[in-house]
Parts: sequence; structure tokens; C-alpha cells
Amino acid sequence: MVIRTEGLSFNFGSQQVVKSLNLQVPEGSIYGFLGPNGAGKTTTIKLLLNLLKTQHGSIHIFEQELQKNRISILSQIGALIEQPAIYQHLSGKENLLNRALLLQVPVKRVDEMLDLVHLSNAANKKAGQYSLGMKQRLGIALALLTDPKLLILDEPTNGLDPNGIIEVRELLLKLVSQHRKTVFISSHLLAEIERMATHVGIIDGGQLLFQGSITELEALSQPLIRIEADNTVDAANLLKRKNYPVADVTDEYVYVPYTSKKQMGDINALLIQNEYVVFSISKQQKDLEKLFLSITQNA
Amino acid sequence: MKGFILSFRSEFFKSRKTLGFWAAILLPLLICLLLFVGFYTKSERLAGMPPMLLWIQFAGAILAVMGSLLLPMFVIFIAYSVNSIEHKADTWKSLFTLPISRLSVYAAKYFYALFLIFLCLALFVLFTIGFGNLLSLVKPELRFDNYHMEDTLAKLYFKLFLSSLGILSIQFLLSLLWSDFLKPMGVGFFATIVGVITASKSWEYCYLFPYAHPMLALKLMPHNTTKGDNPQIVIDLFTKDILVGITVSALVFIGGYFIVLKKSVK
Repeated sequence: MVIRTEGLSFNFGSQQVVKSLNLQVPEGSIYGFLGPNGAGKTTTIKLLLNLLKTQHGSIHIFEQELQKNRISILSQIGALIEQPAIYQHLSGKENLLNRALLLQVPVKRVDEMLDLVHLSNAANKKAGQYSLGMKQRLGIALALLTDPKLLILDEPTNGLDPNGIIEVRELLLKLVSQHRKTVFISSHLLAEIERMATHVGIIDGGQLLFQGSITELEALSQPLIRIEADNTVDAANLLKRKNYPVADVTDEYVYVPYTSKKQMGDINALLIQNEYVVFSISKQQKDLEKLFLSITQNA
Repeated sequence: MKGFILSFRSEFFKSRKTLGFWAAILLPLLICLLLFVGFYTKSERLAGMPPMLLWIQFAGAILAVMGSLLLPMFVIFIAYSVNSIEHKADTWKSLFTLPISRLSVYAAKYFYALFLIFLCLALFVLFTIGFGNLLSLVKPELRFDNYHMEDTLAKLYFKLFLSSLGILSIQFLLSLLWSDFLKPMGVGFFATIVGVITASKSWEYCYLFPYAHPMLALKLMPHNTTKGDNPQIVIDLFTKDILVGITVSALVFIGGYFIVLKKSVK
């Protein structure tokens, strides 16, 4: 495990913001750390980076205890926390040069990073004049500068336009597949995580509600039969009378939990026999967005 | 140690385009230049003056405001500017996630502030001597070249440097903890006024109050004694106020380190 926490808890005063967290982040994974705003994501990340002192529980990164091996662990982590921390009076390139100086990284790496995040043209412009997206990209370049084994990114696509989001996603996928990096990425947007994460942890109210691979998460969601018919409300009533459990009814669709292909055929036949017009009938995975909501709301 | 040196170099890199850094160079340059112009235009009034008095007039014009106002305010400003770079850019969090010990980050910042003050005062000595000698070149009737007080000036400014240690350590810590300008500035300004009043009223315990030290450094200093033919100014470097200042700065520096160590970055 690259990150392993046991019983990690944290209080701000009397308010407990992180409750007994047991994170397991395997090597080579993109671990999506999901939760609504205020769920305790940033606090957890600050604990992982030793910006906040661990009060209860333990944190192991690269199988080393964090407090005792702080420097050696931090030297292998690149981090981006909330808004990127950038010196506004320096140019983008100078921001990277300063970091390169501090961490003794060769200067040519600075140009490579600028290239990687497509900031070469704006390299000598003051970072204060950068757009939010450019700042975010510079923040990612800063995090990647030392070629770290583990990247910890707190909402890295905040403020990026759709193109920027795709670029970041592709960059992260490339880093993991080609360079064997591990990425720990937090977000409140499931759709974004869903497309790249291999593993997911869902946090709400400081508690971890789900943790596992993305396939395990999908397995949790029960597939549905989606029926598009002319009179959905009556059709739903008919199905209920015939002992089919109806999951949901909208103006356009009726949803019934899927059990088998035969069941799908039976439903189709039943509706047609009763003179409903069926436009379409298909099997559907419950989308993760709904799953995410149901996990965070049931807690 | 490596972390400290790298952090110190980074402090220079970050600040070289800020007013905080340039103030340390421009302040002595502009003030000495102004004085030069003043002496140049009023040279006829000063022409008959003995060289030693001339130097005392020239250097003393700066020193008069240095102890009461200039040095304390400059120290407050530098302590603020070194820390505000990180407050403004919200970079404390990234600074403390680098594989560099917190002590190195903290100490490098502190010593960089110290360095800027040293640089500023050293330039005051340099420019005072430089412009003084320049005056004797362009206005030969001003006999600056007939008396040498390089040594005295250097000692005097070094004493001023030492006297600023107490204020620096306190202001540095305040500026580290408070991100805004007004709080450390307000506290510093108020304390400086109190320092000036107590020092000028010669309150017996004012040597214990760091903000009175620059004033005391100048006040207790010039003992005019006659040794042989030339009048001499004798400067006693390590007076009890300086020793108090050094002690306070050491204690506050160590205390500040433990605050930084415990400090959670919100």
C-alpha cells in the first residue's frame, strides 16, 4: 500500500472532522477520494502531508510511519492543495525555478514541465496575471517537478474548462500507466473521478462510507430495466399489480430492477398484451452519480 | 544545513523583485544622496568647520532619526515583508510540504530578514563615507578628507544592528502569525513610541525593553575623550541593553520555532 491509515481521526476544537479513517491506497492506482464539500477531504489531505498533526490513529506512506520519516516521505510526494500556492509577483517560470532551486532539480526540468502543462508561451508572464486554469496547471507542474512517486491532488480540476479537465485527466492516466505513479485525487464530482479512477473512497461527515475498486463500486449498483412507453404511470401500475417491483417512474420511463433476460422479455410481452406501446426496453447500470448520492445520503 | 542554505537562496530569489529587498538598498542610498545634495548646496555655511565636526554633522543627521524612528520602522517593515510573501501567495502550506525541515524554512527566513537589516546598515556606513569623501572632492572647502571616522561609523552601525535584534525577533514572530499588515505594524509602532519615550526620559529599566534599544544604542554611545592629540569617540559595543536584546532575540527565536513546529497550516 502506498497510503495506509488506521483509525485516523481529527478534531477542530470540539468538532470531529475526520472519524476513524482507514484508507488503503494501492501502488499504481488512481485513487478517487470523493465526498461533498465539507466532508473532510482537505483535512484528510493535510493530515497525509503532515500539515496538520495526527491526533489519533496512524498514517503510513510507502509503508513508513509519517511523523518519524517526514522528510524522506515528503521528498517522494508532489502535492497540490486547494488553490495552487503561487508567488504572484514572479513569472510562471520563476515559480518553477524557485522550487527547482529549493529541491535541487535540474533547470531543464523546468522547461519540460512548462511544456507538459502547455504554459511555455506564458512562461515569462507574471503568475498573478494567469487565469484560474493556468494557475491550476502551474500548480500541477509544481507538484510534478521532482518526478514524485505519489501525487496528492486536492480538487485539481477546479476552475478548469472542459478542455483543461480532459488534459489533466489524460496527463494523470499517462503518469500512472507509463510511469507507475500513484495518484490520490480528491473531488466532489463523481463524473470526473469515474472516468479515470481505479479505486474509490467515499467520505461524508468525516467517515469513510465506501472504499474499493471501481468495479466493486459498480457491482454495488443494481442494474435496472428501463422501459420507454407511451403511458408510463399506467404501465407502472400494471407492473405493480403483476408483482414486479417498480424502482422509479418518470414521464418517459419506468424502471424495474433487473433479474434476468427472461424477465425482460416477460415484461415486454405483458405490456404489449395490455396494449401499451413500448418504444424501447433496455438493461441499465444505475449510474454512479445516483449511487454516490444514495451512499452519502443514507449515512 | 543544506536545507537552510537552499531556503536562504530561495528567499533571495523570491524577494529580489519586491520592495522589501530594494528598500534595504534604496533607503540608505536615497537618504545619503539627499544629505549629499543638502551639504553640497549649503557648502559655504559649512566651509569653516573642523573636519571632525563636519563628519559628525553629516553622519549625525542620519543617526538622529535612525534610533528613534528609521531603524525600528525599517525592522518592522522587513519582518513583515519577508513573511508576507508567503501569506499573500498562500504558500505556507506548500513550503511545509517540501522535504525540508521546518527549522530550515523558519531559520532561513529569520536570517534573511537579519541579512537585509545588516545589508541596509552596512550600506548606510558605505554611503555615508562614500558621499562624505565625494563632497571633499567636489567641494574642496569641505575638509572631509582630513578626518577619518570609518572605524567609528562601522562600530556604531554594528551596535545599531545588534540593538535591532530584539525588535526583529518579536516583529518577525508577529508577522509570521498574523497575515495582515496592520496588526504587527500597529503593535510595532506603538511599542516604538513607548520605547522612544522611555529611552528619552531615561527610565531606569528601559534597557529591558527591546524597542528602546536603538535609541539607547546611540544615547549611551559617544563618550568624547581625548587620547593624545586627536579627539576620539569610544564606543562600548556590548552594553547591558545590547546583551538584553541578544538574549530576547535568542529566546523569541527558539520560542518561535516551537510555535512553527506545532503550527497547523489551516
